[in-house]
Amino acid sequence: MDKPTRTLPQPTPETQHFWDGTQTEQLLLQRCTDCDHIYFPPRPFCPSCSSRSVEVYAASGRATLASYVINQGPHPAFDGPYAIALVDLEEGPRMMTNIVECAQTPEALQLDMALEVRFEQVSENINLPLFAPAGASK
Amino acid sequence: MTGVAVVGAAETTALGKIPHLSQQQLHADAALNAMADAGLTAKDIDGIATAGERPTDLAYYLGITPTWVDGTSVGGCSFMLHVRHAVAAIASGQCTTVLITHGESGRSGVGRSGFPRTPASLAGQFEVPFGPMGPPTMFTLPVLRYMKDYSMTHEQLAMVAVVQREWASMNPRATFQNEITVDDVLNSKMIAYPFHLLECCLVTDGGGALILTKADRAADFPKMPVHILGTGESVETPMISQMDDLTSSRAFKVAGAFAMKDADITHADVDHLMVYDAFAHLPIYGLEDLGFCKKGEAAEFIWEQNTAPGGSLPMNTNGGGLSYMHSGMYGMYALQESVRQIRGTAPAQVKDANVSLCLGVGGMFGAAGCIVFGKEPR
Repeated sequence: MDKPTRTLPQPTPETQHFWDGTQTEQLLLQRCTDCDHIYFPPRPFCPSCSSRSVEVYAASGRATLASYVINQGPHPAFDGPYAIALVDLEEGPRMMTNIVECAQTPEALQLDMALEVRFEQVSENINLPLFAPAGASK
Repeated sequence: MTGVAVVGAAETTALGKIPHLSQQQLHADAALNAMADAGLTAKDIDGIATAGERPTDLAYYLGITPTWVDGTSVGGCSFMLHVRHAVAAIASGQCTTVLITHGESGRSGVGRSGFPRTPASLAGQFEVPFGPMGPPTMFTLPVLRYMKDYSMTHEQLAMVAVVQREWASMNPRATFQNEITVDDVLNSKMIAYPFHLLECCLVTDGGGALILTKADRAADFPKMPVHILGTGESVETPMISQMDDLTSSRAFKVAGAFAMKDADITHADVDHLMVYDAFAHLPIYGLEDLGFCKKGEAAEFIWEQNTAPGGSLPMNTNGGGLSYMHSGMYGMYALQESVRQIRGTAPAQVKDANVSLCLGVGGMFGAAGCIVFGKEPR
């Protein structure tokens, strides 16, 4: 809870499972049991084929860096410039996140670098999924 | 052709810093100027569309009794969608004369409504916690991917701003008119790597309004009609992180292709192009998604001065959101410039501008609207 100044997500009935998963350090995705489409963010139906037959499962936590910007402006939760990143999960979906355990510079942040998920507790009920360079010490 | 034409078009009397007018009055100022342009009063208007303010508020404020109302609000291209919806409404007889208004106190913030993203929305849960601070840190997010995949350089991105400043230097109403170089852009303040200040849009006050009616009534109006040849619209996602492809806008492709087919034109028919430029990469995405350039070739196309004064495809000839003005929902100003070019009254007038294509974006690659204007009904 060292960064209490982020704007916190407010789970809905459709997304509660995702945030519950972060409590046990699981990155949960959804998969359609009719067409096998894997998707994010959460919803109780398949955005590819409209089926309601979907299941929740744990992702590998592995990803690659798809794109980012380094915001030069101030943010209460960050010390100095910080990267807002898009990562491609190994399973396919893309998500916004921050990159941790890594200098926030264009030299250190190379597109397509391998990443793995970390969880940062930001409130009693919310852990945010962040990503670190693969193999970096926890 | 659609059988509908623009018969009145105007911006607010002033642009830039207008702290003495509320946002609602900016709508009204532009609306009154457009009515004067068309020789009409509020009693002649029976359809109203607006975004940013509610159509109820504007109809009441201006004294309009509408039989048709559209409050579609999908961001800066909402006015392109209003044009499209008005064409359908006029063609089907739901109304005869539509007023579309925009006003935004983007800089001064006088009576401005907010853009809340609730913490329970998908963007509120899955984007906001990671620290984006508005469009300069969100709309810009896909660009490093584009740069790596298509070998675009920082210099090429900067050239977009340089070329648009060339156009702005010919426009006395442009906020910035002094010419700049690639080095000037790259030496301007870093906002969110890789974007420098001069690659980001202005923040200004202003407004604009359009009046549409059946083209066969156009002879009754004092100004030359600008025919609406074709229209298109689409939406993709409220979250930049969830674009289908970080190097392309699906909404641009859908709206652009529909509008060109609707207008029955080819790329060679287009004499003048407007591509909503909230940030320097948007014209690059627009040129490719509309099909004027092959994938990965638009930055070089701009670098080679094809969209600059004297080039083969004059683009963003008012100076664009980067140099002319940007109140927040810039789409109305792009439409106004297309109308001026077809009328032959633009400050930086393109020779023989017979067909103008105008592409707007809404949200951050969230929505798109595309309108094709023509001097002749075709």
